[in-house]
Amino acid sequence: MNVGGYRTGEAAVGKTVIAELRNVSKRFGDVVAARDLNLSIGEGEFLSFLGPSGCGKTTALRILAGFEAPSEGEVLLDGEVVNSLEAHRRPVNMVFQHYALFPHMTVAQNIGYGLRQQRPRLAKATIAEKVGKALDVVRLSDFEDRRIWEMSGGQQQRVALARAIVNEPKLLLLDEPMAALDRKLRKEMQIELQNLQRKLGITFVLVTHDQEEALSMSDRICIMRAGRIVQIGAPQDLYDRPNSRYVAGFVGSSNFFDGEIIGQNGALVSVRLADGRVVEGTPTGTLSRDQNVCISVRPEQMKLTRKADGVAVEVRNRIFLGEHTEYLVASETLGEFLVLSPRQSELNDGPFEAGDKLFVNWEANSALVLDRN
Amino acid sequence: MTGRMRTTLLLAPAGTWFLVMLLLPLTVVLIFSFGERAPAGGVVPAFTFEQYANLPARWTAFKNTLTLAPVGTLASLLIAYPLAYFLAVKASPKWKTILLVLVIVPFWTSILIRSYAWIFLLGGRGIPALLEWVGIEGVRLINTPFAVLVGIIYGYLPLMVFPIYVSLDRLDKRLLEASSDLGATRWNTFRQITLPLSIPGIATGCMLVFILLMGEFLIPALLGGGKVFFVGNALVDLFLQSRNWAYGSAVAVTLVIVMLITVTVYMRLINRLGATREDVSIM
Ligand SMILES: Nc1ncnc2c1ncn2[C@@H]1O[C@H](COP(=O)(O)OP(=O)(O)OP(=O)(O)O)[C@@H](O)[C@H]1O
Ligand SMILES: [Mg+2]
Repeated sequence: MNVGGYRTGEAAVGKTVIAELRNVSKRFGDVVAARDLNLSIGEGEFLSFLGPSGCGKTTALRILAGFEAPSEGEVLLDGEVVNSLEAHRRPVNMVFQHYALFPHMTVAQNIGYGLRQQRPRLAKATIAEKVGKALDVVRLSDFEDRRIWEMSGGQQQRVALARAIVNEPKLLLLDEPMAALDRKLRKEMQIELQNLQRKLGITFVLVTHDQEEALSMSDRICIMRAGRIVQIGAPQDLYDRPNSRYVAGFVGSSNFFDGEIIGQNGALVSVRLADGRVVEGTPTGTLSRDQNVCISVRPEQMKLTRKADGVAVEVRNRIFLGEHTEYLVASETLGEFLVLSPRQSELNDGPFEAGDKLFVNWEANSALVLDRN
Repeated sequence: MTGRMRTTLLLAPAGTWFLVMLLLPLTVVLIFSFGERAPAGGVVPAFTFEQYANLPARWTAFKNTLTLAPVGTLASLLIAYPLAYFLAVKASPKWKTILLVLVIVPFWTSILIRSYAWIFLLGGRGIPALLEWVGIEGVRLINTPFAVLVGIIYGYLPLMVFPIYVSLDRLDKRLLEASSDLGATRWNTFRQITLPLSIPGIATGCMLVFILLMGEFLIPALLGGGKVFFVGNALVDLFLQSRNWAYGSAVAVTLVIVMLITVTVYMRLINRLGATREDVSIM
C-alpha cells in the first residue's frame, strides 16, 4: 500500500530551486553523520531541520555552507554543483550556534566584516551605509561602537544576524540561533526573525530541536533521524499526515496503540489492537500487510463520554488548561494515554473527575495507521 | 577577616621576596655605583660620578646588546610564529603533545652543553667545512654576530613558541569558519582574525625573550668568542676578573635603566595597539 499524495523532497510549488542536496552522505571515520540526504530548497522559503541531538542537523547545514565536503552525492546552489567550492566563495551566510562574533571588533566592525572582504572593494561610505541599515533592521542602531562583550545574549544574537544579512546572501543558514536565549527572548526573536525573513525575502534554513519553534516559523520542516531525512513537509502536513510514529511523536504529541493490519476497506485499513478490538484508520507512508504498525490518535481528536461507546477507561488525572482540559486516562488493555477535551464538551457532559469510569472514542478518519518505528 | 586583610596576607610572601631579593641588592648596587674602586678590588664608599663618566668605554657592549637583543627577539618571533601556528592549528591532536615535548626537550640539558654543540657546528670543522666541501670557501661563522644570533634563536625559541602557542590554541576555531563564511580568503582570515587575536601571545613572548636577552652573557661568551660581547659579559669581566665593583655597578645600573626605558616604550606601543581591543592588552 502506498498512500498519501503529499510531497516530500521537492521545494514548494512555483518556487525556483536555489539549493539542492542530491544523495548526500557524510562520514566522519566510522560515524555516518548524514545518509543519503535529498532535499531542494525553494527561493524565499523558510525551511527548518528538526531532530534530536546528534541526528546530523548541523552536519547538513555545514555541508550547505561549505565547511564540510560531502563524502558522497552532490550539493547544488543555483543549479550548479558546488561540492568543491570553498565556503568563502559561496553566496551563503551562516549564523553560528554561539554566534562566533569577533571579540576584537566593535559591533559595527563585526557587521561590516563580510562587506570588507568583497572584491572589488566596496567604498567605505557604501559599507558604512549598509552597516547602518543592517543595524536598523536588527534595532541596534545605538550600539554600533560597543564591544561584543558589552552586549547581552539577545543583542549578540542580533549582531550575528545582522553580520550575515548585510551580505544579502542567497541562503541564510541558522544553527540553533536561539538556543542560548531564555524563553521570553526566544519568542520575541522568533517573531523578529520571521518578520525579517518576509521583509528581506532571503531563503532561511534553520536548525532547531525545538518543535514549537519549527512549527511556528517554517514553511516546511525537514524531520531528521540518525543522519536521515525521515519526512519533509509543511508543518500542517507533518502534523496531519506524519509518515511514521517517530514523526508523529516529534511534531505535536499523540497517543499510540500497537496493532496489526488485518484488512483494507477503501482508503482505510483495519487494525487489530492488543485487546482484540478492530479499529480503522488512515494509512500514511508505505505499509505492507505483515508490518508492525500502530494507530496514532491526537489527544484533541479523542472524545470522552459517559455513554458506553468506545474504549473503557478510568480517569487518572485532570489538568484544567482553560480552553481545554487534559485528562490522563487508563485503559486496562491499552495502557495510559492523554485526552484533550474542549471546554464546550466539558460543559455539556459535566466535568469528569479522577476515578470516573468513562469511554473514549474517535472518528475513524482522525486515526492514522503508522509504521511502528 | 576583611577582604583587604586577606589580600595583604596573600601578597605578603611575594612582597617580602620582592623587597629582600630584588630591591635590596639593587639598592646596594646603586650605592656601589657612586663609590670608588678599592686598590685590592671591591669598593670604597664615596659619592662620585666618575664611574658613570667612564661608561663610554663600554659602549660596544651596550651597542651589541641593544642591537642583538631586539634583532634576536624579532628573529625568534619570525621563526616561532609559524611553528606555534602549526602546533596549535594544523597538527593533529595525537602529534601535538609529542611535538610540544620536542620543543621543550632542549631545556633538559644545560644551555652550556648545547652551546658547546653549536661551537662545534659553527666552528672550522662544522658547517664551514661542509660549505668548503661543496666549493664555498672562507666562510667564518663562529665568533661573529651571526653565531651569537643563531645561539640566541636556538636558546630562546621555546620561550617564544609557548605563549604564542597558547594564544593560538585558545583561539575559537569557529571564528575562522565565520570569517571564511563571510567571504574572507585564508590569508585575509589570518590577517584579520588569527593575527590580531594572537597579539597577547606575541607580546608576552617578545617581552620574555627581550628582557632575558638584555641580561644574556653565556651565548655571546661561547659563540661570540670575546669579539661579540654583551653588557652581561662586561659585568662578568668587571665583577669577577678585574674586580672593579664600582664601575661594574655603574654599568649594571645603566643596563637596568636602559631596560626600564625600552620596556616602558614597548608596553606603550603594545597597549596602543591593543587600545582598540581591550582583551589584547598585556599583563
Ligand atoms: N567533525 C566531526 N568528527 C566526528 N564526528 C562528527 C563530527 N561532526 C559531527 N560528528 C558526528 O556526527 C553526528 C551528527 O552530528 P551533528 O553535529 O550534525 O548533530 P546535530 O543534529 O547538529 O546535533 P545537536 O542538536 O546536538 O547540535 C554526531 O554523531 C556527531 O558525533
Ligand atoms: Mg548541532
